[in-house]
Amino acid sequence: MMKFFRPLCRWLFVVCVAYPICLVVLGMNIRHRNRLPLKGPAIVTPNHNSHLDTLAMLTLFPLSVIPKVRPVAAADYFMKTGLMGWFSLNFVGIIPIVRKRENPDDDPLAPCYEALERGEILIIFPEGTRGEPERMQQLKSGVAVLASRYPDVPVVPIFMHGLGKAMPKGAFVPVPFFVDVFVGQGLTWTDDSQGGDKKAFMAAIEASMHLLGEKHERPEYD
Amino acid sequence: MDAYAGPVEQGARIVTKTIQAVPEAIPKPKFPEAVGYAFLGAYTLLIIATVIVFAMQRLRPQRNYDELRLRIKTWWIIVVLTTFALGFNTYFSIFCMAFVSFLAFKEYLSLIPTRRADHRVLFWAYLAIPFQYVLVGLAWYGVFIIFIPVYWFLIMPMRMVLIGETQGFLRAVGTLQFGLMTCVFSLSHAAYLLVLPAAGNPNGGGVALLFYLVFLTQFNDVAQYVWGKLFGKHKVTPTVSPNKTMEGLLGGVATTTFLAFTLAPWLTPLNHVQALGIGLLIGFGGFIGDVTISAIKRDLGIKDSGSLLPGHGGILDRLDSLTFTAPMFFHVVYFLYY
Repeated sequence: MMKFFRPLCRWLFVVCVAYPICLVVLGMNIRHRNRLPLKGPAIVTPNHNSHLDTLAMLTLFPLSVIPKVRPVAAADYFMKTGLMGWFSLNFVGIIPIVRKRENPDDDPLAPCYEALERGEILIIFPEGTRGEPERMQQLKSGVAVLASRYPDVPVVPIFMHGLGKAMPKGAFVPVPFFVDVFVGQGLTWTDDSQGGDKKAFMAAIEASMHLLGEKHERPEYD
Repeated sequence: MDAYAGPVEQGARIVTKTIQAVPEAIPKPKFPEAVGYAFLGAYTLLIIATVIVFAMQRLRPQRNYDELRLRIKTWWIIVVLTTFALGFNTYFSIFCMAFVSFLAFKEYLSLIPTRRADHRVLFWAYLAIPFQYVLVGLAWYGVFIIFIPVYWFLIMPMRMVLIGETQGFLRAVGTLQFGLMTCVFSLSHAAYLLVLPAAGNPNGGGVALLFYLVFLTQFNDVAQYVWGKLFGKHKVTPTVSPNKTMEGLLGGVATTTFLAFTLAPWLTPLNHVQALGIGLLIGFGGFIGDVTISAIKRDLGIKDSGSLLPGHGGILDRLDSLTFTAPMFFHVVYFLYY
Protein backbone atom coordinates (compact mmCIF):
# COMPACT_ATOMS: atom_id res chain seq x y z
CA MET A 1 0.00 0.00 0.00
CA MET A 2 2.68 2.50 1.07
CA LYS A 3 4.60 1.44 -2.00
CA PHE A 4 2.01 3.11 -4.19
CA PHE A 5 1.03 5.90 -1.83
CA ARG A 6 4.16 7.99 -2.23
CA PRO A 7 4.54 7.88 -6.00
CA LEU A 8 0.84 8.71 -6.29
CA CYS A 9 1.20 11.71 -3.99
CA ARG A 10 4.22 12.88 -5.88
CA TRP A 11 2.52 12.64 -9.27
CA LEU A 12 -0.48 14.43 -7.82
CA PHE A 13 1.75 17.21 -6.52
CA VAL A 14 3.63 17.59 -9.79
CA VAL A 15 0.53 17.49 -12.00
CA CYS A 16 -1.76 19.60 -9.81
CA VAL A 17 0.71 22.09 -8.30
CA ALA A 18 4.02 22.19 -10.14
CA TYR A 19 2.63 22.02 -13.69
CA PRO A 20 -0.04 24.73 -13.36
CA ILE A 21 2.35 27.11 -11.58
CA CYS A 22 5.43 26.48 -13.70
CA LEU A 23 3.91 25.82 -17.10
CA VAL A 24 0.82 28.07 -17.11
CA VAL A 25 1.41 30.87 -14.61
CA LEU A 26 5.16 31.17 -15.20
CA GLY A 27 6.19 29.48 -18.43
CA MET A 28 9.50 27.68 -18.79
CA ASN A 29 12.10 27.99 -21.45
CA ILE A 30 14.50 25.07 -21.17
CA ARG A 31 17.82 24.90 -22.98
CA HIS A 32 19.69 21.56 -23.35
CA ARG A 33 17.00 19.48 -21.71
CA ASN A 34 18.64 16.36 -23.19
CA ARG A 35 21.51 16.79 -20.71
CA LEU A 36 19.24 16.02 -17.75
CA PRO A 37 19.95 12.65 -16.16
CA LEU A 38 16.84 10.49 -16.46
CA LYS A 39 18.34 7.55 -14.59
CA GLY A 40 19.77 7.53 -11.11
CA PRO A 41 22.01 7.66 -9.33
CA ALA A 42 22.67 11.26 -10.28
CA ILE A 43 22.85 14.71 -8.73
CA VAL A 44 21.53 17.94 -10.23
CA THR A 45 22.70 21.22 -8.75
CA PRO A 46 20.56 24.27 -9.61
CA ASN A 47 21.02 27.76 -8.22
CA HIS A 48 18.51 28.76 -5.55
CA ASN A 49 16.41 31.92 -5.57
CA SER A 50 12.91 30.98 -4.58
CA HIS A 51 10.64 28.32 -3.14
CA LEU A 52 9.44 27.90 -6.70
CA ASP A 53 12.85 26.48 -7.68
CA THR A 54 11.90 23.01 -6.46
CA LEU A 55 8.64 23.09 -8.43
CA ALA A 56 10.51 24.20 -11.52
CA MET A 57 13.01 21.38 -11.13
CA LEU A 58 10.23 18.82 -10.76
CA THR A 59 8.59 19.94 -14.01
CA LEU A 60 11.84 19.29 -15.88
CA PHE A 61 11.67 15.54 -15.35
CA PRO A 62 9.20 13.22 -17.08
CA LEU A 63 6.47 11.89 -14.81
CA SER A 64 7.80 8.35 -15.04
CA VAL A 65 11.01 9.46 -13.30
CA ILE A 66 9.38 11.75 -10.71
CA PRO A 67 9.16 9.16 -7.88
CA LYS A 68 12.94 8.81 -8.11
CA VAL A 69 13.66 12.56 -8.09
CA ARG A 70 14.35 13.78 -4.55
CA PRO A 71 14.91 17.41 -3.56
CA VAL A 72 17.34 17.65 -0.67
CA ALA A 73 16.05 20.17 1.87
CA ALA A 74 16.81 21.54 5.32
CA ALA A 75 15.05 19.57 8.04
CA ASP A 76 14.95 22.56 10.42
CA TYR A 77 12.87 24.49 7.90
CA PHE A 78 10.63 21.95 6.21
CA MET A 79 10.15 19.50 9.09
CA LYS A 80 9.30 22.25 11.60
CA THR A 81 5.66 21.28 11.89
CA GLY A 82 4.18 17.83 11.54
CA LEU A 83 1.81 18.71 8.73
CA MET A 84 4.42 20.50 6.66
CA GLY A 85 6.88 17.68 7.25
CA TRP A 86 4.35 15.07 6.19
CA PHE A 87 3.50 17.06 3.08
CA SER A 88 7.15 17.74 2.22
CA LEU A 89 8.10 14.10 2.61
CA ASN A 90 5.21 12.50 0.75
CA PHE A 91 4.16 15.05 -1.84
CA VAL A 92 7.33 17.02 -2.60
CA GLY A 93 9.47 13.98 -1.83
CA ILE A 94 12.21 15.80 0.03
CA ILE A 95 15.17 14.19 1.70
CA PRO A 96 15.46 16.14 4.97
CA ILE A 97 18.97 17.03 6.05
CA VAL A 98 19.80 18.08 9.59
CA ARG A 99 22.13 21.03 9.10
CA LYS A 100 23.35 21.40 12.69
CA ARG A 101 24.79 18.12 13.87
CA GLU A 102 24.28 17.32 17.53
CA ASN A 103 26.78 14.51 17.66
CA PRO A 104 30.18 14.97 15.96
CA ASP A 105 29.94 11.43 14.60
CA ASP A 106 26.67 12.11 12.77
CA ASP A 107 27.00 12.49 9.07
CA PRO A 108 24.32 14.93 7.92
CA LEU A 109 24.63 13.58 4.38
CA ALA A 110 23.86 9.98 5.35
CA PRO A 111 20.29 10.10 3.91
CA CYS A 112 21.78 11.24 0.59
CA TYR A 113 24.14 8.24 0.51
CA GLU A 114 21.19 5.93 0.96
CA ALA A 115 19.21 7.68 -1.77
CA LEU A 116 22.09 7.47 -4.25
CA GLU A 117 22.51 3.80 -3.43
CA ARG A 118 18.81 3.32 -4.19
CA GLY A 119 19.50 4.85 -7.60
CA GLU A 120 17.63 8.12 -6.99
CA ILE A 121 18.23 11.52 -8.58
CA LEU A 122 19.06 14.15 -5.99
CA ILE A 123 18.26 17.83 -6.40
CA ILE A 124 20.76 19.75 -4.30
CA PHE A 125 20.89 23.54 -4.18
CA PRO A 126 24.60 24.02 -3.55
CA GLU A 127 24.13 27.61 -2.42
CA GLY A 128 22.35 26.18 0.59
CA THR A 129 19.83 29.00 0.87
CA ARG A 130 17.80 31.28 -1.37
CA GLY A 131 19.55 34.50 -0.37
CA GLU A 132 19.23 37.65 -2.42
CA PRO A 133 17.01 37.06 -5.45
CA GLU A 134 18.86 36.52 -8.73
CA ARG A 135 22.34 36.69 -7.12
CA MET A 136 24.51 33.62 -6.88
CA GLN A 137 26.27 32.90 -3.61
CA GLN A 138 29.30 30.91 -2.56
CA LEU A 139 28.62 27.18 -2.99
CA LYS A 140 28.68 24.80 -0.04
CA SER A 141 30.83 21.72 -0.41
CA GLY A 142 28.27 18.98 0.32
CA VAL A 143 28.01 18.04 -3.34
CA ALA A 144 31.76 17.45 -3.51
CA VAL A 145 31.54 15.17 -0.49
CA LEU A 146 28.89 13.10 -2.25
CA ALA A 147 30.83 13.11 -5.51
CA SER A 148 34.04 11.92 -3.85
CA ARG A 149 32.16 9.08 -2.19
CA TYR A 150 30.38 8.10 -5.40
CA PRO A 151 32.93 9.03 -8.08
CA ASP A 152 30.89 7.70 -11.01
CA VAL A 153 27.71 9.60 -10.20
CA PRO A 154 27.25 12.52 -12.63
CA VAL A 155 26.71 15.99 -11.18
CA VAL A 156 24.69 18.16 -13.54
CA PRO A 157 24.86 21.93 -12.93
CA ILE A 158 21.74 23.91 -13.76
CA PHE A 159 21.24 27.64 -13.97
CA MET A 160 17.76 29.12 -13.60
CA HIS A 161 16.72 32.70 -14.07
CA GLY A 162 13.41 34.37 -13.31
CA LEU A 163 12.12 32.42 -10.33
CA GLY A 164 13.65 34.86 -7.88
CA LYS A 165 11.76 37.63 -9.64
CA ALA A 166 8.57 35.60 -9.65
CA MET A 167 8.66 34.87 -5.94
CA PRO A 168 11.63 36.25 -4.00
CA LYS A 169 12.37 35.31 -0.41
CA GLY A 170 9.70 36.84 1.79
CA ALA A 171 7.02 37.09 -0.90
CA PHE A 172 3.95 34.89 -0.69
CA VAL A 173 2.21 35.48 -3.98
CA PRO A 174 4.07 34.57 -7.17
CA VAL A 175 4.12 37.15 -9.95
CA PRO A 176 4.30 35.61 -13.43
CA PHE A 177 7.61 35.81 -15.27
CA PHE A 178 9.02 33.58 -17.96
CA VAL A 179 11.71 31.37 -16.49
CA ASP A 180 14.90 30.36 -18.27
CA VAL A 181 16.51 27.06 -17.38
CA PHE A 182 19.94 26.10 -18.68
CA VAL A 183 21.12 22.55 -18.18
CA GLY A 184 24.88 22.11 -18.09
CA GLN A 185 27.10 19.20 -19.01
CA GLY A 186 27.43 16.54 -16.32
CA LEU A 187 30.65 16.43 -14.27
CA THR A 188 32.01 13.42 -12.43
CA TRP A 189 34.58 13.16 -9.70
CA THR A 190 36.75 10.92 -11.83
CA ASP A 191 37.16 13.57 -14.55
CA ASP A 192 40.88 14.23 -14.35
CA SER A 193 40.41 18.00 -14.56
CA GLN A 194 39.25 18.11 -10.94
CA GLY A 195 42.06 15.89 -9.74
CA GLY A 196 39.94 14.57 -6.87
CA ASP A 197 39.99 17.84 -5.01
CA LYS A 198 36.80 19.02 -3.31
CA LYS A 199 37.54 22.72 -3.68
CA ALA A 200 38.43 22.29 -7.34
CA PHE A 201 35.31 20.22 -7.93
CA MET A 202 33.03 22.85 -6.42
CA ALA A 203 34.86 25.52 -8.40
CA ALA A 204 34.20 23.57 -11.58
CA ILE A 205 30.48 23.37 -10.77
CA GLU A 206 30.37 27.06 -9.93
CA ALA A 207 32.18 27.99 -13.12
CA SER A 208 29.78 25.89 -15.16
CA MET A 209 26.74 27.53 -13.54
CA HIS A 210 28.13 31.01 -14.14
CA LEU A 211 28.91 30.17 -17.74
CA LEU A 212 25.37 28.90 -18.31
CA GLY A 213 23.98 32.14 -16.93
CA GLU A 214 26.37 34.43 -18.76
CA LYS A 215 25.37 33.23 -22.20
CA HIS A 216 21.96 34.64 -21.62
CA GLU A 217 20.96 38.31 -21.65
CA ARG A 218 19.12 39.19 -18.48
CA PRO A 219 17.13 42.34 -17.93
CA GLU A 220 18.23 44.48 -15.05
CA TYR A 221 16.67 43.62 -11.68
CA ASP A 222 17.42 45.27 -8.39
CA MET B 1 -28.02 45.39 -13.59
CA ASP B 2 -26.12 48.54 -14.31
CA ALA B 3 -23.41 46.64 -16.07
CA TYR B 4 -25.88 45.38 -18.56
CA ALA B 5 -27.47 48.71 -19.37
CA GLY B 6 -24.84 49.59 -21.99
CA PRO B 7 -25.14 46.82 -24.54
CA VAL B 8 -28.91 46.51 -24.35
CA GLU B 9 -29.25 50.19 -24.96
CA GLN B 10 -26.81 50.06 -27.83
CA GLY B 11 -28.39 47.00 -29.33
CA ALA B 12 -31.79 48.55 -29.06
CA ARG B 13 -30.66 51.78 -30.65
CA ILE B 14 -29.21 50.01 -33.66
CA VAL B 15 -32.24 47.80 -33.97
CA THR B 16 -34.72 50.67 -33.90
CA LYS B 17 -32.67 52.45 -36.50
CA THR B 18 -32.85 49.55 -38.94
CA ILE B 19 -35.79 47.19 -38.45
CA GLN B 20 -38.47 48.06 -35.94
CA ALA B 21 -39.84 44.57 -35.32
CA VAL B 22 -36.68 42.79 -34.13
CA PRO B 23 -36.77 41.89 -30.42
CA GLU B 24 -34.39 43.92 -28.32
CA ALA B 25 -32.33 41.04 -26.94
CA ILE B 26 -28.73 40.91 -28.18
CA PRO B 27 -28.53 38.23 -30.82
CA LYS B 28 -26.16 35.48 -29.63
CA PRO B 29 -23.32 35.56 -32.14
CA LYS B 30 -23.15 32.02 -33.39
CA PHE B 31 -20.38 30.84 -35.65
CA PRO B 32 -21.43 32.41 -38.96
CA GLU B 33 -21.13 30.60 -42.24
CA ALA B 34 -18.92 33.32 -43.74
CA VAL B 35 -16.35 32.79 -40.99
CA GLY B 36 -16.41 29.06 -41.64
CA TYR B 37 -15.47 29.69 -45.25
CA ALA B 38 -12.89 32.23 -44.15
CA PHE B 39 -11.24 29.63 -41.95
CA LEU B 40 -11.32 27.18 -44.85
CA GLY B 41 -9.48 29.84 -46.84
CA ALA B 42 -6.88 30.21 -44.09
CA TYR B 43 -6.31 26.45 -44.02
CA THR B 44 -6.02 26.42 -47.81
CA LEU B 45 -3.33 29.10 -47.62
CA LEU B 46 -1.48 27.06 -45.01
CA ILE B 47 -1.62 23.95 -47.17
CA ILE B 48 -0.32 25.94 -50.14
CA ALA B 49 2.51 27.38 -48.03
CA THR B 50 3.40 23.92 -46.75
CA VAL B 51 3.49 22.52 -50.28
CA ILE B 52 5.59 25.43 -51.57
CA VAL B 53 8.20 25.06 -48.83
CA PHE B 54 8.27 21.31 -49.38
CA ALA B 55 8.81 21.86 -53.11
CA MET B 56 11.49 24.49 -52.49
CA GLN B 57 13.39 22.09 -50.26
CA ARG B 58 13.12 19.40 -52.96
CA LEU B 59 14.32 21.73 -55.70
CA ARG B 60 17.18 23.19 -53.74
CA PRO B 61 18.29 20.54 -51.25
CA GLN B 62 21.54 22.40 -50.57
CA ARG B 63 19.67 25.34 -49.03
CA ASN B 64 18.39 25.04 -45.48
CA TYR B 65 14.69 25.75 -45.06
CA ASP B 66 14.39 24.47 -41.48
CA GLU B 67 13.56 27.91 -40.09
CA LEU B 68 10.80 28.41 -42.64
CA ARG B 69 9.40 24.95 -42.01
CA LEU B 70 9.39 25.51 -38.29
CA ARG B 71 7.61 28.80 -38.86
CA ILE B 72 4.87 27.17 -40.93
CA LYS B 73 4.50 24.35 -38.45
CA THR B 74 3.92 26.94 -35.73
CA TRP B 75 1.43 28.70 -38.02
CA TRP B 76 -0.54 25.45 -38.20
CA ILE B 77 -0.70 25.29 -34.43
CA ILE B 78 -1.72 28.94 -34.17
CA VAL B 79 -4.51 28.55 -36.74
CA VAL B 80 -5.84 25.33 -35.19
CA LEU B 81 -5.85 26.90 -31.71
CA THR B 82 -7.57 30.00 -33.09
CA THR B 83 -10.25 27.83 -34.68
CA PHE B 84 -10.91 26.25 -31.29
CA ALA B 85 -10.82 29.59 -29.51
CA LEU B 86 -13.41 31.12 -31.83
CA GLY B 87 -15.45 28.01 -32.58
CA PHE B 88 -17.35 27.49 -29.33
CA ASN B 89 -18.86 30.46 -27.59
CA THR B 90 -18.20 34.15 -27.23
CA TYR B 91 -17.16 33.99 -23.58
CA PHE B 92 -14.76 31.16 -24.23
CA SER B 93 -13.23 33.21 -27.05
CA ILE B 94 -12.85 36.21 -24.73
CA PHE B 95 -11.23 34.00 -22.11
CA CYS B 96 -8.74 32.71 -24.69
CA MET B 97 -7.90 36.23 -25.77
CA ALA B 98 -7.41 37.26 -22.15
CA PHE B 99 -4.92 34.42 -21.88
CA VAL B 100 -3.11 35.67 -25.00
CA SER B 101 -2.90 39.13 -23.40
CA PHE B 102 -1.53 37.49 -20.26
CA LEU B 103 1.17 35.68 -22.25
CA ALA B 104 2.11 38.86 -24.08
CA PHE B 105 2.28 40.95 -20.90
CA LYS B 106 4.28 38.26 -19.14
CA GLU B 107 6.73 38.17 -22.00
CA TYR B 108 6.99 41.96 -21.94
CA LEU B 109 7.65 42.02 -18.18
CA SER B 110 10.24 39.28 -18.54
CA LEU B 111 12.12 41.41 -21.08
CA ILE B 112 12.16 44.81 -19.43
CA PRO B 113 14.17 45.89 -16.42
CA THR B 114 12.06 45.60 -13.27
CA ARG B 115 12.60 46.61 -9.68
CA ARG B 116 12.60 44.18 -6.83
CA ALA B 117 10.59 46.64 -4.77
CA ASP B 118 7.76 46.46 -7.32
CA HIS B 119 6.85 42.82 -6.71
CA ARG B 120 3.38 43.75 -5.49
CA VAL B 121 2.93 46.47 -8.08
CA LEU B 122 3.52 43.89 -10.80
CA PHE B 123 0.83 41.72 -9.23
CA TRP B 124 -1.55 44.68 -9.48
CA ALA B 125 -0.53 45.22 -13.08
CA TYR B 126 -1.48 41.62 -13.89
CA LEU B 127 -4.79 42.17 -12.12
CA ALA B 128 -5.76 44.60 -14.87
CA ILE B 129 -6.02 41.70 -17.34
CA PRO B 130 -9.01 39.86 -15.80
CA PHE B 131 -10.74 43.18 -15.09
CA GLN B 132 -10.32 44.41 -18.64
CA TYR B 133 -11.60 41.21 -20.20
CA VAL B 134 -14.54 40.95 -17.80
CA LEU B 135 -15.46 44.43 -19.00
CA VAL B 136 -15.26 43.06 -22.54
CA GLY B 137 -17.51 40.16 -21.53
CA LEU B 138 -20.02 42.57 -20.02
CA ALA B 139 -19.79 44.69 -23.17
CA TRP B 140 -19.51 47.68 -20.84
CA TYR B 141 -17.96 50.01 -23.37
CA GLY B 142 -17.83 53.13 -21.21
CA VAL B 143 -15.59 51.51 -18.59
CA PHE B 144 -13.75 49.23 -21.01
CA ILE B 145 -12.39 52.24 -22.85
CA ILE B 146 -11.12 54.11 -19.77
CA PHE B 147 -10.23 51.32 -17.35
CA ILE B 148 -6.52 51.02 -18.23
CA PRO B 149 -5.81 54.50 -19.66
CA VAL B 150 -7.44 56.25 -16.69
CA TYR B 151 -8.10 54.06 -13.64
CA TRP B 152 -5.09 51.77 -13.83
CA PHE B 153 -2.94 54.65 -15.01
CA LEU B 154 -3.67 56.29 -11.66
CA ILE B 155 -3.72 53.18 -9.49
CA MET B 156 -0.31 51.84 -10.58
CA PRO B 157 1.73 54.88 -9.46
CA MET B 158 -0.36 55.09 -6.29
CA ARG B 159 0.50 51.51 -5.38
CA MET B 160 4.10 52.19 -6.30
CA VAL B 161 4.40 55.34 -4.26
CA LEU B 162 3.00 53.55 -1.20
CA ILE B 163 6.01 51.25 -1.36
CA GLY B 164 8.20 54.33 -1.37
CA GLU B 165 11.11 53.34 -3.62
CA THR B 166 11.92 56.43 -5.69
CA GLN B 167 15.04 55.18 -7.46
CA GLY B 168 13.94 54.37 -11.02
CA PHE B 169 10.32 55.33 -10.26
CA LEU B 170 9.55 57.06 -13.55
CA ARG B 171 11.04 54.30 -15.65
CA ALA B 172 9.17 51.64 -13.69
CA VAL B 173 5.79 53.34 -13.83
CA GLY B 174 6.25 54.32 -17.48
CA THR B 175 7.32 50.89 -18.73
CA LEU B 176 4.50 49.21 -16.81
CA GLN B 177 1.84 51.47 -18.28
CA PHE B 178 3.25 51.00 -21.78
CA GLY B 179 3.07 47.25 -21.33
CA LEU B 180 -0.53 47.38 -20.13
CA MET B 181 -1.53 49.65 -22.98
CA THR B 182 -0.01 47.48 -25.71
CA CYS B 183 -0.48 43.97 -24.38
CA VAL B 184 -3.82 44.39 -22.62
CA PHE B 185 -5.67 47.54 -23.65
CA SER B 186 -4.83 47.41 -27.36
CA LEU B 187 -5.32 43.68 -27.77
CA SER B 188 -8.59 43.72 -25.83
CA HIS B 189 -10.05 45.82 -28.66
CA ALA B 190 -9.86 42.73 -30.84
CA ALA B 191 -11.90 40.85 -28.23
CA TYR B 192 -14.43 43.67 -27.96
CA LEU B 193 -15.35 43.11 -31.61
CA LEU B 194 -17.02 39.89 -30.44
CA VAL B 195 -19.52 41.66 -28.20
CA LEU B 196 -20.52 44.42 -30.60
CA PRO B 197 -24.23 44.22 -31.44
CA ALA B 198 -24.67 41.70 -34.22
CA ALA B 199 -26.95 44.06 -36.13
CA GLY B 200 -23.96 46.28 -36.92
CA ASN B 201 -22.45 43.66 -39.21
CA PRO B 202 -25.03 41.60 -41.11
CA ASN B 203 -22.15 39.68 -42.71
CA GLY B 204 -21.22 37.44 -39.81
CA GLY B 205 -21.25 39.80 -36.81
CA GLY B 206 -18.30 40.49 -34.52
CA VAL B 207 -16.53 37.20 -35.06
CA ALA B 208 -16.29 37.95 -38.78
CA LEU B 209 -14.80 41.37 -38.03
CA LEU B 210 -12.31 39.75 -35.66
CA PHE B 211 -11.29 37.24 -38.29
CA TYR B 212 -10.99 40.00 -40.89
CA LEU B 213 -8.74 42.06 -38.59
CA VAL B 214 -6.49 39.25 -37.39
CA PHE B 215 -6.22 37.55 -40.78
CA LEU B 216 -5.32 40.77 -42.61
CA THR B 217 -2.84 41.81 -39.93
CA GLN B 218 -1.02 38.49 -39.98
CA PHE B 219 -1.25 38.19 -43.76
CA ASN B 220 0.21 41.69 -44.03
CA ASP B 221 3.23 40.60 -41.98
CA VAL B 222 3.81 37.63 -44.25
CA ALA B 223 3.20 39.65 -47.43
CA GLN B 224 5.69 42.34 -46.37
CA TYR B 225 8.21 39.64 -45.55
CA VAL B 226 7.77 37.86 -48.88
CA TRP B 227 7.82 41.07 -50.99
CA GLY B 228 10.90 42.19 -49.09
CA LYS B 229 12.65 38.86 -49.65
CA LEU B 230 11.87 38.91 -53.36
CA PHE B 231 12.40 42.54 -54.33
CA GLY B 232 13.76 44.31 -51.25
CA LYS B 233 16.45 46.92 -51.94
CA HIS B 234 15.89 50.19 -50.13
CA LYS B 235 15.95 50.10 -46.36
CA VAL B 236 12.99 51.84 -44.83
CA THR B 237 13.96 51.85 -41.13
CA PRO B 238 17.73 51.32 -41.22
CA THR B 239 18.32 52.02 -37.54
CA VAL B 240 15.39 50.07 -36.11
CA SER B 241 14.88 47.07 -38.35
CA PRO B 242 17.49 46.84 -41.11
CA ASN B 243 15.69 43.94 -42.81
CA LYS B 244 12.61 46.01 -43.61
CA THR B 245 12.59 47.46 -47.10
CA MET B 246 10.46 49.97 -48.95
CA GLU B 247 9.65 47.31 -51.56
CA GLY B 248 8.49 44.92 -48.84
CA LEU B 249 6.40 47.59 -47.14
CA LEU B 250 4.67 48.86 -50.29
CA GLY B 251 4.20 45.41 -51.81
CA GLY B 252 2.78 44.15 -48.54
CA VAL B 253 0.44 47.10 -48.11
CA ALA B 254 -0.79 46.74 -51.71
CA THR B 255 -1.45 43.03 -51.23
CA THR B 256 -3.20 43.61 -47.92
CA THR B 257 -5.32 46.42 -49.36
CA PHE B 258 -6.35 44.23 -52.28
CA LEU B 259 -7.29 41.43 -49.90
CA ALA B 260 -9.12 43.83 -47.56
CA PHE B 261 -11.11 45.07 -50.54
CA THR B 262 -11.90 41.55 -51.76
CA LEU B 263 -12.91 40.09 -48.39
CA ALA B 264 -14.88 43.08 -47.10
CA PRO B 265 -18.24 42.24 -48.76
CA TRP B 266 -18.22 38.76 -47.20
CA LEU B 267 -17.06 39.54 -43.71
CA THR B 268 -17.78 43.21 -42.98
CA PRO B 269 -20.35 45.95 -43.53
CA LEU B 270 -17.66 48.14 -45.18
CA ASN B 271 -18.29 49.64 -48.61
CA HIS B 272 -15.60 49.70 -51.30
CA VAL B 273 -14.00 52.99 -50.34
CA GLN B 274 -14.01 52.15 -46.65
CA ALA B 275 -12.51 48.74 -47.34
CA LEU B 276 -9.64 50.31 -49.27
CA GLY B 277 -9.05 52.71 -46.40
CA ILE B 278 -9.08 49.87 -43.85
CA GLY B 279 -6.63 47.92 -46.03
CA LEU B 280 -4.18 50.83 -46.01
CA LEU B 281 -4.74 51.33 -42.29
CA ILE B 282 -3.98 47.70 -41.47
CA GLY B 283 -1.06 47.58 -43.90
CA PHE B 284 0.71 50.66 -42.56
CA GLY B 285 -0.50 50.27 -38.96
CA GLY B 286 0.78 46.71 -38.85
CA PHE B 287 4.15 47.88 -40.10
CA ILE B 288 4.38 50.56 -37.41
CA GLY B 289 3.38 48.09 -34.70
CA ASP B 290 6.03 45.69 -35.94
CA VAL B 291 8.85 48.24 -35.93
CA THR B 292 7.74 49.66 -32.58
CA ILE B 293 8.27 46.30 -30.89
CA SER B 294 11.51 45.98 -32.88
CA ALA B 295 12.65 49.32 -31.46
CA ILE B 296 11.92 48.08 -27.95
CA LYS B 297 13.86 44.88 -28.58
CA ARG B 298 16.77 46.84 -30.02
CA ASP B 299 16.73 49.15 -27.01
CA LEU B 300 16.91 46.12 -24.72
CA GLY B 301 19.56 44.46 -26.88
CA ILE B 302 17.64 41.29 -27.73
CA LYS B 303 16.65 39.66 -31.02
CA ASP B 304 13.49 37.74 -30.20
CA SER B 305 10.98 38.65 -27.55
CA GLY B 306 10.86 35.04 -26.36
CA SER B 307 10.74 31.45 -27.53
CA LEU B 308 7.10 30.52 -27.18
CA LEU B 309 6.54 30.22 -30.93
CA PRO B 310 9.32 28.20 -32.59
CA GLY B 311 10.43 29.86 -35.84
CA HIS B 312 8.73 33.14 -34.94
CA GLY B 313 10.32 34.00 -31.61
CA GLY B 314 8.11 35.09 -28.77
CA ILE B 315 4.40 35.80 -28.72
CA LEU B 316 5.11 39.54 -28.93
CA ASP B 317 6.94 38.95 -32.19
CA ARG B 318 3.66 37.65 -33.58
CA LEU B 319 1.31 40.14 -31.92
CA ASP B 320 3.38 43.28 -32.47
CA SER B 321 1.39 44.42 -35.51
CA LEU B 322 -1.92 43.60 -33.87
CA THR B 323 -1.17 45.90 -30.94
CA PHE B 324 -1.52 48.76 -33.43
CA THR B 325 -4.06 47.44 -35.90
CA ALA B 326 -6.60 46.20 -33.31
CA PRO B 327 -7.46 49.58 -31.76
CA MET B 328 -7.19 51.38 -35.13
CA PHE B 329 -9.51 48.95 -36.90
CA PHE B 330 -11.89 48.82 -33.96
CA HIS B 331 -12.37 52.55 -33.68
CA VAL B 332 -12.88 53.11 -37.38
CA VAL B 333 -15.50 50.35 -37.58
CA TYR B 334 -17.07 51.46 -34.31
CA PHE B 335 -17.33 55.02 -35.56
CA LEU B 336 -18.83 53.99 -38.87
CA TYR B 337 -21.27 51.25 -37.85
CA TYR B 338 -22.02 51.15 -34.13
